[in-house]
Amino acid sequence: MTASAQRDKIYGLLAEFADPRSLLHAVSSARVAGYTHLEAFSPYPIEGLYQALRLKHDRVALITLVGGVVSGALGYFMQWYANVVDYPLDIGGRPNNSWPAFIPITFELTVLGAALSAAIGMLALNRLPRPNHPVFNARAFSRVSKDRFFLCIKGDDPTFILTDARVFLNSLAPLSISEVRDED
Amino acid sequence: MKGSNVIEEPLIIEDFGAEAITDKLTGLVLKRSLKTGWILSALFYFIFILIFTVAASYLLVKGVGIWGINIPVAWGFAITNFVWWIGIGHAGTFISAILLLLHQEWRTSVNRFAESMTLFAVACAGLMPLLHLGRPWFFYWLIPYPDTMDLWPQFRSPLVWDVFAVSTYLTVSLVFWYIGLIPDLASMRDEAQKRWQKLIYGVLALGWRGCAKHWRRYQTAYLLLAGLSTPLVVSVHSVVSLDFTVSIVPGWHSTIFPPYFVAGAIFSGFAMVLTLAIPLRRFYRLEHFITLRHLDNCAKLLLTTGLIVDYSYLVETFMGWYSDDVFDSYVVTDRAIGYYSGAFWLVIFCNVIVIQLLWWRRVRTNVVALFIIALLVNVGMWFERFVIVVSSLARDYMPSAWANFSPTRWDYAILFGSMGLFFFLFLLFVRTLPAIAISELSKLGHKLAKGQKAI
Repeated sequence: MTASAQRDKIYGLLAEFADPRSLLHAVSSARVAGYTHLEAFSPYPIEGLYQALRLKHDRVALITLVGGVVSGALGYFMQWYANVVDYPLDIGGRPNNSWPAFIPITFELTVLGAALSAAIGMLALNRLPRPNHPVFNARAFSRVSKDRFFLCIKGDDPTFILTDARVFLNSLAPLSISEVRDED
Repeated sequence: MKGSNVIEEPLIIEDFGAEAITDKLTGLVLKRSLKTGWILSALFYFIFILIFTVAASYLLVKGVGIWGINIPVAWGFAITNFVWWIGIGHAGTFISAILLLLHQEWRTSVNRFAESMTLFAVACAGLMPLLHLGRPWFFYWLIPYPDTMDLWPQFRSPLVWDVFAVSTYLTVSLVFWYIGLIPDLASMRDEAQKRWQKLIYGVLALGWRGCAKHWRRYQTAYLLLAGLSTPLVVSVHSVVSLDFTVSIVPGWHSTIFPPYFVAGAIFSGFAMVLTLAIPLRRFYRLEHFITLRHLDNCAKLLLTTGLIVDYSYLVETFMGWYSDDVFDSYVVTDRAIGYYSGAFWLVIFCNVIVIQLLWWRRVRTNVVALFIIALLVNVGMWFERFVIVVSSLARDYMPSAWANFSPTRWDYAILFGSMGLFFFLFLLFVRTLPAIAISELSKLGHKLAKGQKAI
């Protein structure tokens, strides 16, 4: 088996840690060692981890804003269209476009559109639902939702060499190291 | 009152780690066997669901004439129940959204079941106007859709605003609740031993794997959902109050209604939170997570919102006199000494007098006393809605048009049936999903273990 073929099959090397501090330390050491394709896993969000991983700004807020504005505008348009264009009704000469009365529904639809965009946008950006990710193949990984913290050096990292990565991760004194295969 | 008013009890008693927290909270669902107490209560409440089903079916056959409503009191129990139930939901949203934004970390132990309470309460609330429609199978006429009659709903009517407000509220609460559940569903998936449990929780967890990148977007989305739910706490019951206040009925036509209804909503909701939290922590041994400090905080909020409600009663009475309007002042007097005075004084007893006990720390930390007060507030708030809805309609302008409302057995069947549905759903929730947010509590536990102070 050639080195590249082996690299294709390996999703990454997964190291298990007992607490958030060790994970943070491991992430910054891996960055110092030159690894760039890193993934960290934890049972709850950890302060400082995003900076350590140098994650770029996420786009959930923008999606939410657009979703809310579009939904609110459509909501107002619907009421305007119904009362001004499609079925105008003259009641004592009052304006058909009676905007103050249209605000509650516009507001509710803004909130509805923004909330759905936030939830669906977050899931879509995270590529969820996805029940069959390779990291689930690692036996130790089942504790990620409980009390264990994981660092994965991914196989597609330009500097990834399996043996070197293993030596490096071992130097961080993890609880365990597992090879994550792409398919099994 | 002696000493500090802040009780020293911690938010999590003992030094629980993430492992112990996860084991305890998932174990309640996955490992604990079905106890006789649970089965008996579930059966008990199920009987009420059956009563509700019978009452609703009979209603569909015969129409709303089986209730005590008629002209002039065309809004009776169903609308009272609707306003009451939807108000109860507000405390859950208040806890999950506003207290999150205010960094009140004590919310962590109570937010999950309070959010579930919101969902079940809004579900019960939603049934009421639907049944009250008379012909519920035409409910979709309220929704704008391109129909062959080329008609639209009346977008200037508060009743149509209500349809949008309540359905938005239900949808956003559901989304917020589910997004909050995802990491815990992953915990359930990983802890489950049986294959069918792994499968169900696995599907529901959507493949959550705690990736840092995912957590980041998740936190943003969760915070935004909290921010979006916050105006809903204020807006939903404001819109509900507009159903009344936009009309010209004396006792309804008042500018104080929106804030008055919102305060009453959160007030009744915190009463229901306590009604559920006290047995929950007792029967499932959750005293380590839902501590006396949580109960004390809820009780303080109950007192605060209760005082706002009391202030509204005062203003309502004062305005009845100050308006110098004969109809307005009659409604106020009639409530106190007329046909419905029993209900009125019960409201005053429960919502004004009893809650004053909460000024004492000894009462706020006495579980039994707190439970009784919470029950009384639930009762008081239902009767408050009843007095507003019914007594105003029974005494509008023309004495010749006055008539009293007396409920029939079908009114009671719907009211108690909906309560049975609510508590039954809550019992199911406790045995199928983690009643306390595991990942949030683990994070809080980690923070506390590091010696940082939590608010």
